[in-house]
Amino acid sequence: MEKRVIFKGWWLPFILVAPQLIVTAIFFFYPAGQAVWNSLFLPDPFGLKTEFVGLDNFKFLATDSYYRASFITTIIFSTLVSVFSMGLGLYFAALADRLIKGAGVYQTLLIWPYAVAPAVAAVIWNFLFSSRIGLISWYLGNFGYDWNHALNSGEAMGLVVLASSWGRISYNFLFFLAGLQAIPKSVIEAAAIDGASFWKRFRTIVLPLLSPISFFLLVVNIVYAFFETFGVIHTITSGGPQQATKILVYKVFDDGFVGQDLGSSAAQSVILLALVGLLTIIQFKYVEKKVHY
Amino acid sequence: MVEKKKSGYWLTHLGLIIGVLFIFFPVWLTFVASTVTQEEIIQPPIPVLPGPHFFENYANALFNGVPEGYGKSPPVFKLLFNSAVMSLGISIGKIVISLLSAFAIVYFRFPGRKFFFWAIFITLMLPVEVRIVPTYEIAANFGLLNSYAGLIFPLIASATATFLFRQFFMTIPDEMVEAARMDGATPMQFFKDILVPISRTNIAALFVILFIYGWNQYLWPLLLTTDPDMNTIVMGINQMIPGGDDYGHWPTIMATSILAMVPPVIVVITMQKFFVKGLLESEK
Repeated sequence: MEKRVIFKGWWLPFILVAPQLIVTAIFFFYPAGQAVWNSLFLPDPFGLKTEFVGLDNFKFLATDSYYRASFITTIIFSTLVSVFSMGLGLYFAALADRLIKGAGVYQTLLIWPYAVAPAVAAVIWNFLFSSRIGLISWYLGNFGYDWNHALNSGEAMGLVVLASSWGRISYNFLFFLAGLQAIPKSVIEAAAIDGASFWKRFRTIVLPLLSPISFFLLVVNIVYAFFETFGVIHTITSGGPQQATKILVYKVFDDGFVGQDLGSSAAQSVILLALVGLLTIIQFKYVEKKVHY
Repeated sequence: MVEKKKSGYWLTHLGLIIGVLFIFFPVWLTFVASTVTQEEIIQPPIPVLPGPHFFENYANALFNGVPEGYGKSPPVFKLLFNSAVMSLGISIGKIVISLLSAFAIVYFRFPGRKFFFWAIFITLMLPVEVRIVPTYEIAANFGLLNSYAGLIFPLIASATATFLFRQFFMTIPDEMVEAARMDGATPMQFFKDILVPISRTNIAALFVILFIYGWNQYLWPLLLTTDPDMNTIVMGINQMIPGGDDYGHWPTIMATSILAMVPPVIVVITMQKFFVKGLLESEK
């Protein structure tokens, strides 16, 4: 699509795009290029010189059991976060959509956690589940369950998933509600007249019509779980216990800044770049073709 | 609702109320913990109703930070100020540079236009977390550590806003430009007097989204601000918990958590209409 009516001149548009181009070049293209470049080198242990090693950093990652474990952890984590936050988001949206009056009030009451930083949500949930002072862990203790996410990897994973999903429910709720409200009421009414129950209508009409938006949300939530949950992991578990919650983006940080293993960290960044790129392409292909709401 | 069964109506409300309670519950307890004393918190269970120390705890957090013996932190009003500068800088900066570049890309033909569009577009969705190590090195080389510029600039390098304004400008009828040109308006007059005013809903919607995005940053300020006085509030809270739950001063930490939530939550609730619009449109 192009505009037919335009302004003349060529130096003005250059000046207009310049600020964005300069910022993008310095803080986006240069670092991204630098990450690719660094991924081909291996600094010696004293940091005195670096040696060109080609794709060795990638080859090492491919065989590294820690990296593979981190990959699997990331997949489990992002699946759980997406399923949990999308499931509850859809549930609340389906309920709010049934109301003629009051849906707006519930919308206000349900969306504000979107504004709460994942890292702050993590501080709060960590406080509630703290093995020494937490209210929830105290009640669990009374029922004979000894909660300690600093030692138990399953509990650690459960807690970071909960803390990452809590605010995310709002986001999914809003999109699902918009999707549900875009479904023509006449379709639903016709099915109701034919005697289809609420659940039958939901399964056979509403869910299929929501599939484009669900797919879109799945991609966006995976991206969220991959990157924006860094603060949650850093606050609650620091990747522990025994790497049980060390997702890929945390490992980039840990290897690069804590372990000072810059070659490997850069190679991991490049792999993440490729992954996000892939997700973006999938999403755009899909959005172009399918999303009607 | 299609059917008119009373029971279904009440069950719908019940389901939603349970949801609202689940959403509010952790924040309620945080608020309670911010109004009681340290002794009440380290002796579980904590009370479920607020205590009488609201003003004392919040004033302490705002003007003193964590008390002596519980680690160190700058007074929280400094952290709030840093967060405000960072998030306003990001949202305003990003809106300004993307309005300008979208205007250039849509309303001009110049050599390399397609190239510039794709160069900007390709940055869509790529989070700073991915390129964190080299971005940090650049910031360090430019001497941007512990500075507001360092907190702001790397995070405005993204195309979401540009893309959104481009989409919106494409829907503006050509007659507007024709009329403006007929009246002898220069491109910048058209931009200032017509384009920006009719984009104000989109600008407001983007502002809400970007403000929250900036306010809630964690990793970047964590790396960039080694000086505690430059910390932002979201990452500063974690610095108040030096090692293990026993050592933190919880009333202060919880008061700070509430203070960290209040500005973005107020923005979302007071600008709810724009927020919903911005969210639904900026992600598509």
